[in-house]
Amino acid sequence: MIQGIPIVHFLIVSTIMFFIGVYGFLVRRNLITILMSIELMLNSVNINFVVFNKYLFPDQLQGHFFTLFIIAVAAAEAAVAIAIIINVYRRFNNINVEDVSDMKY
Amino acid sequence: MNLSISIWIPLIPFIVFLVNGLAGHKYKPVYAGILGTVGLFISFLLSLAVGYQYFFIEGMKDGVYQQIIAYSTTWLHLTDKLVVSIGSLIDPISVMMIIVVTTVSLMVHLYSIGYMKGEKGFTRFYAFLGLFTFSMLGLVLATNIFQMYIFWELVGISSYLLIGFYYERPSAVAASKKAFIVTRFADLGFLVGILMISYLTGSFDFNQIIPQLTDPNSVAFQSGSKVLFFGMSTLTWSVIFVFMGGAGKSAMFPLHIWLPDAMEGPTPVSALIHAATMVVAGVYLVARLFPIYALSAPTGLEVVAYVGGFTSLFAAVIACTQFDIKRILAFSTLSQIGYMMLALGVSGYGGEEGLGFTASMFHLFTHAMFKALLFLGAGAIIHAVHSNYMNDMGSLRKFLPITHITFAIAVLTISGIPPFAGFFSKDEILVAAYQHNKLLFVVEYLVAGITAFYMSRLYFSVFWGKNQQYHHKPHEAPFTMTIPLMFLALASVTVGFIHFSKFVSSDLIPYESEFHWNIAIPSILIALAGISIAAMMYMKETTIPDRMAKSLKGFYTAAYNKFYIDEAYLFVTKKIIFNLISRPVAWFDRHIVDGTVNLVGNTTARAAEMIKGFQSGQIQKYGFVFVSGVLLLAFIFIYWWSK
Repeated sequence: MIQGIPIVHFLIVSTIMFFIGVYGFLVRRNLITILMSIELMLNSVNINFVVFNKYLFPDQLQGHFFTLFIIAVAAAEAAVAIAIIINVYRRFNNINVEDVSDMKY
Repeated sequence: MNLSISIWIPLIPFIVFLVNGLAGHKYKPVYAGILGTVGLFISFLLSLAVGYQYFFIEGMKDGVYQQIIAYSTTWLHLTDKLVVSIGSLIDPISVMMIIVVTTVSLMVHLYSIGYMKGEKGFTRFYAFLGLFTFSMLGLVLATNIFQMYIFWELVGISSYLLIGFYYERPSAVAASKKAFIVTRFADLGFLVGILMISYLTGSFDFNQIIPQLTDPNSVAFQSGSKVLFFGMSTLTWSVIFVFMGGAGKSAMFPLHIWLPDAMEGPTPVSALIHAATMVVAGVYLVARLFPIYALSAPTGLEVVAYVGGFTSLFAAVIACTQFDIKRILAFSTLSQIGYMMLALGVSGYGGEEGLGFTASMFHLFTHAMFKALLFLGAGAIIHAVHSNYMNDMGSLRKFLPITHITFAIAVLTISGIPPFAGFFSKDEILVAAYQHNKLLFVVEYLVAGITAFYMSRLYFSVFWGKNQQYHHKPHEAPFTMTIPLMFLALASVTVGFIHFSKFVSSDLIPYESEFHWNIAIPSILIALAGISIAAMMYMKETTIPDRMAKSLKGFYTAAYNKFYIDEAYLFVTKKIIFNLISRPVAWFDRHIVDGTVNLVGNTTARAAEMIKGFQSGQIQKYGFVFVSGVLLLAFIFIYWWSK
């Protein structure tokens, strides 16, 4: 229990983080940056899980477990995504999403 | 011997057609000719055997020739009531026809080995000849009217293929199309007639239809003769429609326009198809249904008589003015078929009354021989001179002795000079006409004179007349061509002595026909008059023909242009039908029907063009839309909950 810090503060932080992630995901054209934005969103969700678990159900551990799962999945996802990005770079000499449009109508 | 062997008579040419058509490229062309000739020779022997067996051994029972169904098999079993079978019907006229068809076809097969030698498509030619012979034999042996219709169309298509044999020549292509379209148009009438007849009787078989429609007590007869349309009963209309098909195939006025153009085909084809066999199919059709015409639909028979009589006069007049020897022969064919139709038309039913029927079949038989001879002779002339036009010929008797003599025999035969065959058959026709219709009798006397005139004109201009200078000396045809000429000349001399009324009669009972000298002698005189006028005008080079042409200017020009019938057809089709019907229909099709379809298509395409930008393929745009939507929904829900 983190004394003296109300739950709302945590939630504000995680919401800000989430929307920074959404903004980055929608606006940036660099694949690496998009990936980083996605990680931001995941981590804001992690914070929420942990905080809700800690404040609302202190004697249970589900929130922690979910967080660990998400971290593991995020790591795997990052590995796959970076592999794709490397391949895209090799093929197009570029990692700008708007240029990767060969399969478009 | 069993009469069912008759089914092999058409099948052998069919096998030859398949072999030559499918495997013809594997062997030398001349073998195709030999194969076709040998196959036809077997068919010829078979049909002679069938003829002997029928007329002298099996056919007669109690003094009546039987109609024997020698072979029959179900071909289409559509429903229990609607069954189409295929087989062979043996009776006097069909036996006579198979003998005519196989004889002429054999002669043409043999002749073509020489005539078509070295032509491109020699094998194809023989394949088509086989197909034609098969179809024609199937037609004459038909046991039911539907089988007849099937083979009727098959002879139509083989005629089309053979007229268009030189398919690189635009005129041949046009002629073959014309022949096909005109006869198809006529066959529409035939089909309507078939449907009406089979609707009345519930059957296609001749031995069902004919008894039912000639028995005044039968249901079919009564329902057929009740309903009136333009003053004629359904039955009469149906036989007139059937006759329309026959008139198309036999090139009766006004459906005759295709036959002169059909001469674009090779000459042996003209001899086989457009003189001796296919064009008499219409006569055969009327003869096949003759009891119905004679007993139940006398009005239909009158139509036959007048159409035939008019055609014979009309074509004879045109023939006097033409210069292409094959066209002269074509018009003479029209005229002679007109004779046959007329003979049927003036015939009664049974015994002496049915003389016209016998005469018609007799004339069909003799005409096949001498007209095939004339055409094959014309082929020999064309072979020697390399031209169709009489102006390029003259004094050919010195160069082509055999052709000359055989051609002279044919000319005397068609002119009706005794003792040649044409005299006897024509005499019977004249007697029949005299007994039943005096007007047509006079017309036919006139036509007999004109026939003698134009045929002699042809003969004298080609073999006598001026001393033509030829580029190279014309040479007599090879023996494969002269043998058929001699054989047919022999036939033209002898077949007239057959007592036809002993074999062919309208009611299948043989009778004794008398010879009428009071009619024969004037007809000989008028024929001699025609020949001597022609001899005066054309034997030496004179100016009489030109002066005559000048004095009859308007009439001569009209006849020379075939009385503008072709132009009339062109006017009706191009100006009236195309402008008033086809163009509006085409406009409707292009603008309304196509327009509706195009409108639907274009609208879809335009709508797709408008919205396809939404599917950019860029995840971020989708994400933006998605997030905006979620936010919007979130605001809406919050707003609701807060209430």
